Amino acid sequence: MGFFLETLIGGLMTGMLYSLVALGFVLIFKASGVFNFAQGAMVLFAALAMARFAEWIPAWTGIASPVFANVAAFVLAGAVMFAVAWLIEKLVLRHLVNQEGATLLMATLGITYFLEGVGQTFFGSNIYKIDIGMPKDPMMAFESTFQGGILINKEDLVAALIAAALVALLSLFFQKTSTGRALRAVADDHQAAQSIGIPLARMWVIVWCVAGVVALVAGMIWGSKLGVQFSLTTVALRALPVVILGGLTSVPGAIIGGLIIGVGEKLSEVYLGPFVGGGIEIWFAYVLALGFLLVRPQGLFGEKIIDRV
Amino acid sequence: MLYRENGQFKTSYRADQQIFPIVQDRWAMLAILLIGFVLVPAFASDYMFRAILVPFLIMAMAAVGVNILVGYCGQISLGSGAFMAVGAYGAFNFFARIPGLPLIPALILGGLCATVFGILFGLPSLRVRGLYLAVATLAAQFFADWMFLRIKWFTMDTPSGSVSVSNLQVLGWPIESATSKYLFCLALLVLVALAAKNLVRSAIGREWMAIRDMDVAAAVIGIRPMYAKLSAFAVSSFIIGVAGALWAFVYLGAWEPAAFSVEMSFRLLFMVIIGGLGSIMGSFFGAAFIVVLPIFLNQFLPWAAGLVGFVISTAGVSHAEQMIFGALIVWFLIVEPHGLAKLWSTGKQKLRLWPFPH
Repeated sequence: MGFFLETLIGGLMTGMLYSLVALGFVLIFKASGVFNFAQGAMVLFAALAMARFAEWIPAWTGIASPVFANVAAFVLAGAVMFAVAWLIEKLVLRHLVNQEGATLLMATLGITYFLEGVGQTFFGSNIYKIDIGMPKDPMMAFESTFQGGILINKEDLVAALIAAALVALLSLFFQKTSTGRALRAVADDHQAAQSIGIPLARMWVIVWCVAGVVALVAGMIWGSKLGVQFSLTTVALRALPVVILGGLTSVPGAIIGGLIIGVGEKLSEVYLGPFVGGGIEIWFAYVLALGFLLVRPQGLFGEKIIDRV
Repeated sequence: MLYRENGQFKTSYRADQQIFPIVQDRWAMLAILLIGFVLVPAFASDYMFRAILVPFLIMAMAAVGVNILVGYCGQISLGSGAFMAVGAYGAFNFFARIPGLPLIPALILGGLCATVFGILFGLPSLRVRGLYLAVATLAAQFFADWMFLRIKWFTMDTPSGSVSVSNLQVLGWPIESATSKYLFCLALLVLVALAAKNLVRSAIGREWMAIRDMDVAAAVIGIRPMYAKLSAFAVSSFIIGVAGALWAFVYLGAWEPAAFSVEMSFRLLFMVIIGGLGSIMGSFFGAAFIVVLPIFLNQFLPWAAGLVGFVISTAGVSHAEQMIFGALIVWFLIVEPHGLAKLWSTGKQKLRLWPFPH
């Protein structure tokens, strides 16, 4: 029982991180109808920028404080992500208005390649460390309830808390601010939003900026967990079934989908893996999402699309 | 002046519906075939065959397959690499397990394995479409990656799933030298391209295109979406599977599952985008472009960097290659969404009127 709960909690924590990456997909899809395949590249790019700036800033400024270096690196990396968002809108999306979803998807594939190349050219392609002072040692819980207690990774816990805080912040932003309201209007209907004077181009820049910041946070957390390296882009591939499961347009869907996928992955690996040779977590999430799609094509919380000829 | 169709009258439906209705096109095609089968083997160097021509021919075949699915039927697939892998390992299993099985039946059986796999993973297309389907096809990719790495039966219990084939021959003719590999691939490609061209001109091809343009409307006018979509998946994955088997048998010789990773799927998709969605001709352009570009950049970038007194590392070249790839894809999507094939047909259109612009 203790072991099962441990696996479950581990899955929930990983799931929270998946939701964080998935959130980036959902935000952009909601506001602009673009399925942003480049989210993984953005996570890598942001994490690379953050790791390298944290390394360089003490040398540039002469201030040795790691806190200052990390904060300044975060701000700088955020600024870089804003610039990336602005450039993507200016150079790519503006020219592809009113194209089909497939075309936009392929354009983001192109952006993926470009960002990966640029990131590694500027920031190098070795493995880098992000050290934001997360506690590394595991923690025991429920020692009195179960024999042996449950081992919880403190790092995962902090990461999950940061992710939850970010999600809460984003929900507030979308629900309470006028920009958030405008974004929701754009998501509902581009033309109608434009006709009441919402500047479409600026909204897209904003939403890509937000996605950039989400990518930065995700990159920071994943990077401090796994180290910043090229394989970080595969995290995004792992987050894709989350979006599918939760529905492309739903923020709560991304979170709940992430939790389901995280738990499913861990449980399947532990309890099913030994029978089929292990390593099934990569495709298990996809097959789970696929099976779900056959029953409910729009995902858990997605909007049902009605087609008219 | 030289290229125009006035004066060429069609007096029968047969003449009107042939693949190349203009006589100059027919001659040009014959000339290209002649060059491909006679002149190129006589003059190309060994390096040309191994590094450019053979990969180009095989990739062009795979691109034809992808184009049928993505370009003609509108089902975006990010799992083409998986279909290639299934074709390659399927053919390998038949080839290694049945003693004395000739090469061509092995390739066809490999293609059939890919067909079954393709239909299986094409089933979600009946329920979901567009972006959801694109992600769903990734499931095929990851499943195949895992299957050939972990299930030892498929790879005859070799460690890390790497296998090799040797002693290839067709009807007693050994496929060992670069020239024979080239001719074999070329012959197969010509057959596949001809079959694909005729398929997309036929009733089933028009059904695919109707599904692509608007599947609800197509269903309303009596096209069965299930039949059309699954047949597109079947035909396309058969061609991709044969191409995958060729890639493994003829080009690589010895390979492991990583040869057909998700990277391969993306590459195939780029070929189709850059070449032209919904055009058999475009598949050739796209394949040529994607095969030649890295080789060209590998030579050109260090040279260009050397001109400005700068040494560029191997990693730098590969990053620059990635950037140029990405930028080109975006550029093509913005400037010419129909790809190189559209430029080709625009050129031909202009040539018909030449030297008068109107």
